[in-house]
Amino acid sequence: MSTATYSTSPFTPAPTTDSSEEQLLEISMGPQHPSTHGVFRMNVVLDGEHVVKLKPIFGYLHRNHEKIAENETYLGSMPYTDRLDYLCSITNNWGYALAVEKLAGIQVPERAEYLRIITGELTRLQNHASLIGFLLQDMGSSGTPLMYAFRERERILDLFEELTGSRMMCNYMRFGGCRVDMPAGWLDRAKKVVQEFPRFLDEYEQLLVGNEILMERTQGIGVLSRELAINAGLSGPMARASGVSYDVRKVDKYSLYERFSFRVPLGAHGDVYDRYMMRFLEMRESLKILNDAMRDIPPGPIVDPKMRIRGFRPKPGEAYGRIESPKGELGFYLISDGSPNPYRYRVRPPSLINLTVLEDLCVGLNVADVVAILGSVDIVLGEVDR
Amino acid sequence: MVGEGILKGLAETARNFFGSYVSKDRLTTVQYPEERLPQIEAARSFPFLVYDGSDWQQGMRCVACQICEKECPPKCILIEKSKDKKPDAAGKQQFYPAVFNIDISVCMSCQICVEVCPFEAIKMDVQYDLPTDDRFGGLLLHKQQLAKSNEYYNAIHPTEAAAVDAAFAEGRAKVEAKAKAAADAKAATEAKLTPAPQPQPAGGESR
Repeated sequence: MSTATYSTSPFTPAPTTDSSEEQLLEISMGPQHPSTHGVFRMNVVLDGEHVVKLKPIFGYLHRNHEKIAENETYLGSMPYTDRLDYLCSITNNWGYALAVEKLAGIQVPERAEYLRIITGELTRLQNHASLIGFLLQDMGSSGTPLMYAFRERERILDLFEELTGSRMMCNYMRFGGCRVDMPAGWLDRAKKVVQEFPRFLDEYEQLLVGNEILMERTQGIGVLSRELAINAGLSGPMARASGVSYDVRKVDKYSLYERFSFRVPLGAHGDVYDRYMMRFLEMRESLKILNDAMRDIPPGPIVDPKMRIRGFRPKPGEAYGRIESPKGELGFYLISDGSPNPYRYRVRPPSLINLTVLEDLCVGLNVADVVAILGSVDIVLGEVDR
Repeated sequence: MVGEGILKGLAETARNFFGSYVSKDRLTTVQYPEERLPQIEAARSFPFLVYDGSDWQQGMRCVACQICEKECPPKCILIEKSKDKKPDAAGKQQFYPAVFNIDISVCMSCQICVEVCPFEAIKMDVQYDLPTDDRFGGLLLHKQQLAKSNEYYNAIHPTEAAAVDAAFAEGRAKVEAKAKAAADAKAATEAKLTPAPQPQPAGGESR
C-alpha cells in the first residue's frame, strides 16, 4: 500500500512526480452509471483495482419533498409519498397514513387493515423480486434473471392497476382507511398470483442460487458485522442478513400483524449472498401472510366513516409513524400546529440510512464488488434524496 | 461437482424458453401499438369535466367553486369564476367557470380533484396517447378540450358513473317531491284563504 495522500478535491488528484510511489486514482462512479440504480454518485479512490476510500454523494434527485409537504394539506402530501420509493408506493402511503392516524387518533376499520396488509405484502413481493433481478443484472447476468423477475412483478403491478388505477403511483391509502375497495373478482386473481408465486421462487432458486460464479462473487463480499449494523441504525433485510432480529412488524405489531404467524429470517454472515438470500426467505414469509389475509378478509367499511376528506386539521402535537417497508424501517415524523398543513414533516428513509455503511463494506475490495454491494443494499434514489 | 449449479440454471432457462411455446401464461409480452391490453376501469390519466345533455356549455356540471383548484397538490388547475349565473342542466341558476385550465404537464394524476369535488363535475380520463409538439400550449388544456359528455364518462368508468347517475336521480326526485309537497301545501292554504280560483304557483325547482 502506498503512502501517497490523495487530493480531497472532487477533481483529479494532483499528479505525483515521484515515480516510485504508486498513484491513487480518484474516479467518479455515477451519477449516470447504470449500476447505481438511479442518479447516485460515488467518489471512489482506487489503488489499482482496490478501493481505498469511497465517498457517496447524494442529492441529484432532490425534489424538496419535506418542504413541499409543509405547504400542502395533509392529504396533498399523500401522492407525493408515492414518489419517494417509487417501486413500492403503497408502503410509503401506509407509513404516512399511519403517522397521520397517530397524530389525529383515527381508527382504521378491520377490512381496511386487511387491504393494507394484502397490498403491502404484495408490494414487498414485487420489490424483492425486482431487487434480486437488478442485483444479478448488476453482476453481469444480463437480461434473463431480470426479465424473469419482471415477469412476476408485472402480475402484481397488474393487480395494483386494477385496484388503484395506477401501476406504480398507487396513491391508495387514505387517513382512516383505503381509497377504494377491491373490484369484483380482484381477490380471486390476487389469490391466483399468490398461489403461483412459489413456482417462480423455486424456479429462480434453481436458476441462480447454486450458481458457482454467483457464489464466488457474493460469498464473503461486503461483510457487515452485527455491531456495525446496530450502531449505524440499519434496518430491514440488510440488518437481518447480519443477524439483527429487528422487524417493525414484530416489534411494533402495527396494523393487524400480530394476527398472522410469520417468521423473521436471519442471516449468519452478513455478506452479499446472505442479503440476496434474505429476499427469497422474506418473500416466502410474505406469501404466508398473504394467504392468511386473503382467506380471512372480513366484509365491512374500508374507511373510517367519521373521516372527511376536506378540512382535515389535527390537534397540535407530534407523532412518529413507522412501518416495515420492503427496504427497512420507514418512518414519518409530523408536528402539527393545528393548521391544515403540517408544521414539520420529516421522512426517515431506510435506503439512505442503509447506505451510510457503504464505505465500510467496500474498502479493500475491487470495483466490481462495489457494484454488487451497492446492488445488495437495495436503494431507490427517490427515497435517498427525497 | 463444480459447474452443477450453472448447468441447473441453464436447464431452467431452456425450460422457460421452450415452455413459452407451449404454455400461454409464460408469454407476457404484448406487441404494443398493434395489440393493446383491454382498458381497466379504475385507470386514470388526466382529469376532464363532465357535462350533461348535448351542449357542453349549457350542461357543464362545474359551478366554479374552486375547491379542486385549492386542493390540487401540484396546483395545476386554474379557474376563474364567472360574474353572472346561468341555469345548469337541472335548471338551477349557478355560477360557471369562465376559465378552466388544466396544465397536464404539471398534473400528476393523483385523483384528489375527483375526490374533493362535491358536484361530481371533474373525473379522470383514461386516454393516454397525448403527445404534442407544442410543449406549452399543447399541454395546457382549456375548458372546451376538457369538457366531455356524461355518456363518455359512462363508457369509460361504467360502475362509478352508474352510481353517480343514480345518486343524481335520487337527489332530483327528492327535490321534486319536496317542491311538489310545498306547492301542494301552498295551494291548499291559498285555496283555504281565497276561495276564488287562483293561478297555480310555480313549481319551484321541479322540472
